[in-house]
Amino acid sequence: MGIAKSASAAASGGLSDPAIDRKVTVYVMGKACEVPATATIMGAIEYAGHQIIRGAGCREGYCGACATIYRMSGDYKIRTGLACTTMVEEGMVLAQIPSVPAEKVVYDIEKLKPNVSAVQQTYPVVFRCVACNTCTRSCPQDIRVMDYVQAAKRGDIAAITELSYYCVACGLCMLRCPAEITQPLVATLAKRLYGRYLSKNSPELAVRVGAVADGRYDAEYAELMALGRSALSDRYYARDTE
Amino acid sequence: MYPEYMAESLRKVVETRARRVELGKKPAPVYAPMNADERSAVLDGFHPDFKADARRSVRIGPNRGEILTTEVADLLESHSWLRTEQVDLSHPDIETDLLVIGGGGAGCSAALVAMKEHGIRSVIATKLRIGDANSMMSEGGMQAAVSRTDSPPRHYLDAIGGGHFENKPELVRALTEDAPAVVQWLEKLGVVWDKESDGSLQVLHGGGTSRKRMLSCRDHIGAMIMRTLMDEVRNHPDMINVKEFMPAVELILDDAGRCAGAVLYSMDSEEFFVVKAKATVIATGGFGRLHIRGFDTTNHYGATGDGLVMAYRAGAKLLYMDSVQYHPTGAAFPEQIAGFLITEKVRGAGGQPVNKDGELFVFPREPRDIEASAIIRECQQNGGGIETPSGRVGVWLDVPIIDQLNGEGYIVHQFAAHHHQFMKYKIDITKEPILIYPSLHYQNGGVEINAHCETNIPGLYVAGEASGGVHGRNRLMGNSVLDYNVFGQRAGRYAGQYASGVTLGSLTLSHLNRHEQELAEATVQTSLVTPILLPSYAPEAVKKRQLMRHHAQSLPGASVLHNRLHEESRRSGSL
Repeated sequence: MGIAKSASAAASGGLSDPAIDRKVTVYVMGKACEVPATATIMGAIEYAGHQIIRGAGCREGYCGACATIYRMSGDYKIRTGLACTTMVEEGMVLAQIPSVPAEKVVYDIEKLKPNVSAVQQTYPVVFRCVACNTCTRSCPQDIRVMDYVQAAKRGDIAAITELSYYCVACGLCMLRCPAEITQPLVATLAKRLYGRYLSKNSPELAVRVGAVADGRYDAEYAELMALGRSALSDRYYARDTE
Repeated sequence: MYPEYMAESLRKVVETRARRVELGKKPAPVYAPMNADERSAVLDGFHPDFKADARRSVRIGPNRGEILTTEVADLLESHSWLRTEQVDLSHPDIETDLLVIGGGGAGCSAALVAMKEHGIRSVIATKLRIGDANSMMSEGGMQAAVSRTDSPPRHYLDAIGGGHFENKPELVRALTEDAPAVVQWLEKLGVVWDKESDGSLQVLHGGGTSRKRMLSCRDHIGAMIMRTLMDEVRNHPDMINVKEFMPAVELILDDAGRCAGAVLYSMDSEEFFVVKAKATVIATGGFGRLHIRGFDTTNHYGATGDGLVMAYRAGAKLLYMDSVQYHPTGAAFPEQIAGFLITEKVRGAGGQPVNKDGELFVFPREPRDIEASAIIRECQQNGGGIETPSGRVGVWLDVPIIDQLNGEGYIVHQFAAHHHQFMKYKIDITKEPILIYPSLHYQNGGVEINAHCETNIPGLYVAGEASGGVHGRNRLMGNSVLDYNVFGQRAGRYAGQYASGVTLGSLTLSHLNRHEQELAEATVQTSLVTPILLPSYAPEAVKKRQLMRHHAQSLPGASVLHNRLHEESRRSGSL
């Protein structure tokens, strides 16, 4: 079965792991809650009985819906994480970020050029960067955010694409940035410019698209679609593999 | 970090690796692929769909008498949130040409194509944020026959064989024939495909492919495409009106039986809104959060099968809703990421599933249902699994072998997301294998469509995972990303065309009365209210204090919000 037995059943089942039944205290939006020590922040919030509406999406670290800001008891530092993949620790004081205000600029990708002019026309705010590196330090994905902001200032679209490839747009960098830059929006723009203009064209793709449009495969399709199930099955199991 | 007791088994994986690297370098398969009889034996014996209580007959609606997945039958035999007389349809809150329900890949594609090809304005109504969808989470790739050695009809043969020859042929043709143009359209919008140095598209194998045709964006294809589509939708705020946290809960029909919009529910204010639309596209995705047979899921938070329920109550036919896809490789350890998807691209690049003794027991790239069943067999029958501290079981997916086959650094570059994910738990996947077990992944069936995405209800179109027929009873890797692009675009094209010509009659929700009457006639006793919208993960003790109904426990849904709503309508004596 693909779902775990209850913690107590597992503990009595020979393979004991003392961590399973251990509890820690975390503060969910200011309120103390006792939760399993093995929980993620998202799991802890749900364990405490909250029905999350804002603050959960893919639950696997791709979508950026669950930006979290927290402090540890006895420590002044503000920390950041994604609730779905960050584990709880004793004394965490948690705040979930329901949404991060950021104005997406409306643009026509056909009218932009893949250089610094695109950045100037859309997000000139990047030129306010003071290179403090707060964005990089606040990124839960360990992305070198400040480095791609610098690349944006140079109009180096390829470098932004590479550096920001795994950005999940959780917005934590935007919240912490003293220059009020909207980094993830710049990253999305740059990736689109790279894909549209800088990625080398595939020679065979246009040929294949043309062949389909010309009806080059119509006869072959018609023949396959006319086959009965057993003839089709024979054809399938007899096919060669690259 | 793996617990100490697994060290012996991990050592065996290392021990057998050199031998398996040699196998991997040869052109022959590393393990004999199954023939038709072997495939059918492993499915019958071990696929979760074939367990005794996995399916039952549905007692109401267009598919009455048909055998469906038990949880799906439960979902369909449930009450609406609404009663016909509660809703004033005479003054719609919103009027639009095209209503798109769902803001994932199919929904965004539909709205964009309707706009570009027909100048049609649309409303996208979505439960969470735009892009909160399974589309965002795809990792491995998208199939498209673009290489010189491949062809669209060959893609057709692979897809229909993978689906056990039950796929609707016209849909498979549309899927495979549109694929190259989809690649081109996405690139023009700015998707960064993985390329070779000469600019040709990089292609890999996936389970069940006879040619290398898996295009990729490292291990992040979903986010790459979804973020591009979302960004483009947001570049047209005058044409596409995005309503977030506003799921649809019922379809509206007109007096001629055409689909005429939907009732939306605001998650924030708990209000209902009437949307009158000339055409409606359901692009609500799948049902992983129903946790069928208790399985973990790879799916996003909102994957609760909403579109199925709404379409069924309005009279739409479903196809192949007796079939569930379990992805062969969900994470089984650590507990925090149990059920998370480990991309099939790992096996496409040479990764191998091996048992506790480090031995191969299945060809690594069988179609998904076969591969998953073989893994379950290895654990349940052959004793080849490893138990985790929390009582799960799994086999190893040998990832480090990939660097030995493809060169140092390949894993870190091509599987950066997984590398980062496991490092958080002190597991370095360049050095250690991943413990995996099948995870609930995909709704193979859905609302039956034709190649124009039309259903048996005029004006109702369905695209993406919510639809049925494209994949038969088993989808191949890389055909879902392709599906939501091909059929999302087709839905926009044909729904846009239809919306340009239709004049609606007066609106009605009388189908909800018919549905209640059918439930009563079939003597269905249920307290379930659907669509579920969001699953609840509160512990049982908390649920009890929240006064959650016991009967609803066969499905994990029943969030606090709609449980309360149901209690209120029950008290008023209407249900």
